[in-house]
Amino acid sequence: MKTEVAYRGSTNITFSSPLLRDLRAIYTLWFRDIIRLWRDKLRLIGAFVQPLLFLFILGGGLKGRVLTAGNTHMNYQSFIFPGILAMSILFTASFAGIAVVWDREVGFLKEVLVAPLSRTAIVIGKVLGGSTNSLIQATILMGLTPVFGMHLSFWKVLMALGIMMMIAVSQTAMGIALSVRMSSSQGFMVLLNFIILPLYFLSGAMFPINGLPNWLSVLAHLDPVTYGVDLLRGVFLGLHYFSYPEDLIGVCLFGAVMSFLAIRLFNQESPS
Amino acid sequence: MVKVRHLKKIFYTGKGARTAVNGLDFDVRKGEFFALLGPNGAGKTTTISILSTILKPTEGTVSIDSLDVTQEPHRVRQKIGVIFQDPSLDDRLSAIENMDFHGRLYGMSSLQRKERIQFMLSTVDLWERRHDLVRTYSGGMRRRLEIARGLMHFPELLILDEPTIGLDPATRRTIWEYVHFARKEWGMTILLTTHYLEEAESADRLAIMNEGRFVALDTPENLKKQVGPEIVTLESDPDKIELIKSFLCEQFGIKEFRDERIGSFSFPLPADIGNAIHVVQKITVPIQAMTIRSPDLDDVFIQITGKGVSSSSEAASPFHRVYRGKL
Ligand SMILES: Nc1ncnc2c1ncn2[C@@H]1O[C@H](COP(=O)(O)OP(=O)(O)O)[C@@H](O)[C@H]1O
Ligand SMILES: [Mg+2]
Repeated sequence: MKTEVAYRGSTNITFSSPLLRDLRAIYTLWFRDIIRLWRDKLRLIGAFVQPLLFLFILGGGLKGRVLTAGNTHMNYQSFIFPGILAMSILFTASFAGIAVVWDREVGFLKEVLVAPLSRTAIVIGKVLGGSTNSLIQATILMGLTPVFGMHLSFWKVLMALGIMMMIAVSQTAMGIALSVRMSSSQGFMVLLNFIILPLYFLSGAMFPINGLPNWLSVLAHLDPVTYGVDLLRGVFLGLHYFSYPEDLIGVCLFGAVMSFLAIRLFNQESPS
Repeated sequence: MVKVRHLKKIFYTGKGARTAVNGLDFDVRKGEFFALLGPNGAGKTTTISILSTILKPTEGTVSIDSLDVTQEPHRVRQKIGVIFQDPSLDDRLSAIENMDFHGRLYGMSSLQRKERIQFMLSTVDLWERRHDLVRTYSGGMRRRLEIARGLMHFPELLILDEPTIGLDPATRRTIWEYVHFARKEWGMTILLTTHYLEEAESADRLAIMNEGRFVALDTPENLKKQVGPEIVTLESDPDKIELIKSFLCEQFGIKEFRDERIGSFSFPLPADIGNAIHVVQKITVPIQAMTIRSPDLDDVFIQITGKGVSSSSEAASPFHRVYRGKL
């Protein structure tokens, strides 16, 4: 044993207020997610493959074969682009839930659970980490808009980022709420697919939701993702089905409910 | 430092209820080294999880430094360092990153973290490998890192759940040296669970746990005294063993035999009988070898529960003081 190492550091840890402690912890949790994302570049690249396939193969294949929404003639690729962004966010944000299950599987979650921070701070840290991740990817995808002749002003980009942040937060929170008590990441993956794919396909990301058969239309109205996609399409193309206030209420309500659920369930899982 | 009253934990699973901890009462004094010894499934980890605020008790109360673990978990968490039975590192991060993450969560300043990380990682001999990802570490290195991390924030109470399981003797020794050093350094209290008997032997007090209850709680010395002063092992012709046993039972009233290898068995020598040699000389059947040793915790455990602590006897052997004489 090397007890001869001279200075072992001061034993006084300054006690800050619980709030300050939690804020620092949130930053720490977020920072860990960023390090891991950066280290796992394959995941970063892999996450682009799916949206790009949809955009170029599906978008390219269906180009000119479908009637476009609201009788305005536009490029189908432009039409689905906001939906593709939403897809990228949906999938990557849900990864945050898998990351929690994974932490539970490898035991790292216990390290966080015995540390002096509130359960709420853990959820917020994970939500921010997951959202940042999906926002980075969506931002890079946005850089593709000139390829199919869409031109975005600075303000549009800013608005889109804000909306995407809200969608990302709701989705990560949903992922975390679902991850509670899940101990196998494979089982969780299956569960997520069952939930995300219907949410995605019903959201009007790939087709306009006006003129749908009745049952589909009802489901599309119930799908919270619909409002986010509609809002994004409004910003990008000026084309939207609901009014902006309706969209905003839908997006915010979904985010609030999911965040509440995530915090609530996570607090219940283990004593706070 | 630790006060446990009527602690009970029942797990409700799909297959029904399982009582993992069934009414524990104990105190651990400040600066004390307290050990919980018991076989797998005794309820040690469950007890530890309640103490470290990860599980809620079904019944009873636990307080640490007068803070109730369910009422003020935050303040309890700041005071404890936990080394879990199962791995709890992020193996996609390096040693330094794992330590830094920990230091930040416990509110250490950046200067403090820097100093402390260097000190702790050098102590457990990982400083050279500090930038390597934990996934490239061996089991022993991971364990050392976890112990360095658990001690990083100067916990007042260190909780160790089977900390040295699966480690080689050299690593085990290093870890214990540092834990004892830290104990002196800032008067840390230690709560250990183990099924390595020799680790429990150096504790101030020891509780033997079985099926969710304490079956004994005392100093290791007193517990050993309960067994009797000596354990005698005899070797003879395998066919004659039963004969010897019945002779010992008739003549000296010795009833607790434990079979060792074929042709060999042992028994605790009752205190009122006197010299073991004197006893053995009365046996008419030829005895090939006799070993006399002082009892260890394994003997205590067997006497109390009627069975051994699994996979512990081979580990305990270097600590027996064996006197071997051929008759
Ligand atoms: N989460 C759990 N759900 C159900 N049963 C559990 C759970 N954790 C532990 N147990 C049961 O409680 C008992 C005690 O387990 P544990 O505390 O891990 O023992 P030890 O650490 O002494 O080996 C065992 O029978 C175990 O199966
Ligand atoms: Mg255990």
